[in-house]
Amino acid sequence: MQQHNTLSPIARRDFVKASAIAGGGLLLSALFPSSNATAATKGTQVFAPNFYIKIASDGLVTIISKNPEIGQGIKTSLPMIIAEELEVPWQNVTVEQAGLVLGLKGWQGAGGSGATPSHYTDFRKVGAVGRTMLEKAASQKWNVPASECQADQGFVKHAASRKKLAYKDLVDIAAKLEVPDPDSVTLKDPKTFKLLGRRITGVDNRAIVTGQPLFGIDQNHDGLLYAAFVRSPVFGGKPRSANLDTIKRMTGIVDAFIVEGTEDAFGLRPGIAIVARDTWTTFKAQQSLQVLWENDSASEHNSLLYQEKARELASQSGNELRSDGNVTAVLGSASEVVEATYEYPFLSHTNLEPQNTTALYKDGVMQIWSPTQNAINGHGLVKELFHLEDDKVKIDMTRIGGGFGRRLMSDFICEAAAIAHKLEGTPVKVTWTREQDMQHDYYRAAGWHHFKGTVDEEGKVSAWYDHFVTFGLNSDESTGRGANMSSDEFPIRFLENARLEQTIINTNVPMGWWRAPGSCAIAFATQGFIDELAEAAKRDSLQFRLDLLGPDREVPPGGDRGPVFNSGRMKGVLRLAAEKAGWGRKLPKGSGQGIAFHFSHLGYVAVVAEVTVAPSGALTVNKLIAGVDVGPIVNLSGAENQVQGSMIDALNAAWQQEITIEGGRVRQTNFDDNPMLRIAQSPKVEVHFDQSDNPPTGLGEPAFPPTTPAIANAIFAATGIRVRSMPFSKTDLSWS
Amino acid sequence: MSQYTLQINGQEHSVDVSDDTPLLWVLRDHLGLVGTKFGCGKGLCGACTVHLDGAAVRSCQLPIGAAETSKITTIEGLAKDKKLTPVQEAWIEHDVPQCGYCQAGQIMTATALLANNKKPSDSDIDAAMSGNLCRCATYTRIREAIHTAAKA
Repeated sequence: MQQHNTLSPIARRDFVKASAIAGGGLLLSALFPSSNATAATKGTQVFAPNFYIKIASDGLVTIISKNPEIGQGIKTSLPMIIAEELEVPWQNVTVEQAGLVLGLKGWQGAGGSGATPSHYTDFRKVGAVGRTMLEKAASQKWNVPASECQADQGFVKHAASRKKLAYKDLVDIAAKLEVPDPDSVTLKDPKTFKLLGRRITGVDNRAIVTGQPLFGIDQNHDGLLYAAFVRSPVFGGKPRSANLDTIKRMTGIVDAFIVEGTEDAFGLRPGIAIVARDTWTTFKAQQSLQVLWENDSASEHNSLLYQEKARELASQSGNELRSDGNVTAVLGSASEVVEATYEYPFLSHTNLEPQNTTALYKDGVMQIWSPTQNAINGHGLVKELFHLEDDKVKIDMTRIGGGFGRRLMSDFICEAAAIAHKLEGTPVKVTWTREQDMQHDYYRAAGWHHFKGTVDEEGKVSAWYDHFVTFGLNSDESTGRGANMSSDEFPIRFLENARLEQTIINTNVPMGWWRAPGSCAIAFATQGFIDELAEAAKRDSLQFRLDLLGPDREVPPGGDRGPVFNSGRMKGVLRLAAEKAGWGRKLPKGSGQGIAFHFSHLGYVAVVAEVTVAPSGALTVNKLIAGVDVGPIVNLSGAENQVQGSMIDALNAAWQQEITIEGGRVRQTNFDDNPMLRIAQSPKVEVHFDQSDNPPTGLGEPAFPPTTPAIANAIFAATGIRVRSMPFSKTDLSWS
Repeated sequence: MSQYTLQINGQEHSVDVSDDTPLLWVLRDHLGLVGTKFGCGKGLCGACTVHLDGAAVRSCQLPIGAAETSKITTIEGLAKDKKLTPVQEAWIEHDVPQCGYCQAGQIMTATALLANNKKPSDSDIDAAMSGNLCRCATYTRIREAIHTAAKA
């Protein structure tokens, strides 16, 4: 396996048909209609075929990675799908990262665990088209029917005559063939897969372990200058004036200026740009920077005030999201109503690579190198900010030092572009400090769930009521990004009597999609309260859940707006996780097991947690065991890595992390006051896949949500203490 | 601004920077050795770990003057003649990285650990590696890879 860090020159031209190229090579048409398919660079011997595949006359195969790599493994797994159907040995494949290509079919982004399901079949066709053409080329050369020619790991073979030709000796002929309709080619029988489902190490791993410049923050270009961008500590504040002359006189400083910015909370924010000869100088200058900010106080925005308000709402109703049956009547006539409030704080994404972007504005073109999950969003914003045409904003997508949803926003791209626009002709890299990164995020929204529920004589849930309190960005009418709850939120579609209500608190805190948006927190609440109902019914937590899911069937969404929930698949992973964990084992006092499940991003995941709590209250999470059904696995190593990491990340987020607001600004600054989980706190993890025949779906997110409640439920089993708020560290777990 | 000469990965480098510049930014911005990463700037995350005479140190906390008399090794200097070290090989074999951003620091710390402790236990690993954060939480594989490297 080879890998390249730099993009080969890509000429953006239309290619509709296969054509022979100087030097020899196979040019497939772009599978998808596009005004910007890649083309060969003239005069090179090895060069571009269609957008996704290049086959060189020396037999080397290059496959383009379409979407940005944030650690989800997509740069390895999507090319694997193409390579499987192209029938090439993986060690002969080189993967190259694409930049943003306008007009390409499908989003070139990273989010929603969506790349695998949305590309699986198309990318199989991409590979199969190539394989079919090579088989046809061999059939012409040997003058035998194409149906007798079989591609096999870089060769085409003819069984009857025992003839065999390498792909490299067929590319010239194949290049002259008509490209077949991608929908007409035969895909391989999955039983014959040689690559998919295997453990394949990441294509960039060698570059990572040798410290090669892969990431956005590693960008270097001739004459590069370094920049800081300082924003108002209070969200939404604007600079009125600053001691820019003092800053500009400092050694190593090149320039300092105010950037007016826009009103768009997700675009170019107002701030101060400081440009210097190195990053350190920009950091130092910030210590001497004095800014007079407009709106430098917003005392009404405070986490404690939010909490007071949200708790008051426990006794009030909210706006109806959905109401089935008659919850009020059931609650009113029940002998026992279980009531509980679950709550969770704002969270930062805290990518380990701080936000950064490099930009160069030259000859009317804005060239951007960015660790972005959402290049097309940055493209649109920059285009509009500087009144540039579509083709005058170019974005290279670097490897990304952690996504988690933060880099779906493009604020940092806008900052780099604004500075580069001012310093026309000079490349400039904006790098944030950790403190800026933590204080200028788009946060996972805090939330409260005021629950009421009942169980009937058979020990089943008879009523479910959730008054969800969430936030809106400068609004009490619409929720912030990722701050909403689906009107289909589990378990409503499995119950006769259920009611969801919502109240929105106005905040100045910008919110954004955070790994498994909504689910990452809501599952903690719903699966915790389900455990409380199981306790009220005096029933086993696993059996209670299996009963709640009911018979194996596909349960449609309310109003047909969301995905179908397959109860059989969820019960399957529940049983799988329970069996592997030895569910129900007798454990010593202070130790316990908890179980939970959650359906998100089309993935079915159940988790069993095993914890020990010392009488002092010290928590040890011993083991997390996942049962996962996301259909067939593409890369077993990558898939396991995602589930392992998601579970430990869930513990990380639940245990110690929170962002609190005081005076309209974030109080936390760095890893000392917002600690991240360390290796010694990291539990053992086990991942078990139930590889069903369903279409494959993504794994960046779905293992996260059920982990948090599984741990909380295990703490209850160990101690009898219900943990109803995050971070867990704020709940006293001591027992005697 | 002052002139400094550093011994990095067996080569001598001269730079002209202000005296308080941390080694991290000398490496990254002045010498183009960007394998060493910036994560927190306060010695809390370990992404910037390099070796100073074989010992793992946080380069974001080390003013350049304090590094001048020592032999500095960065992630770029581990492999000799493109031959990876057992730790690097183990990282690939176990497919440790997710985003990969922290891994240079993890590898530098793990390499220093194994230089002093040929067969570390899980708790030795936890103690030595606790200064290195991994946001993707690849800790499970980091432990496994260190055990594998120890056997090499």
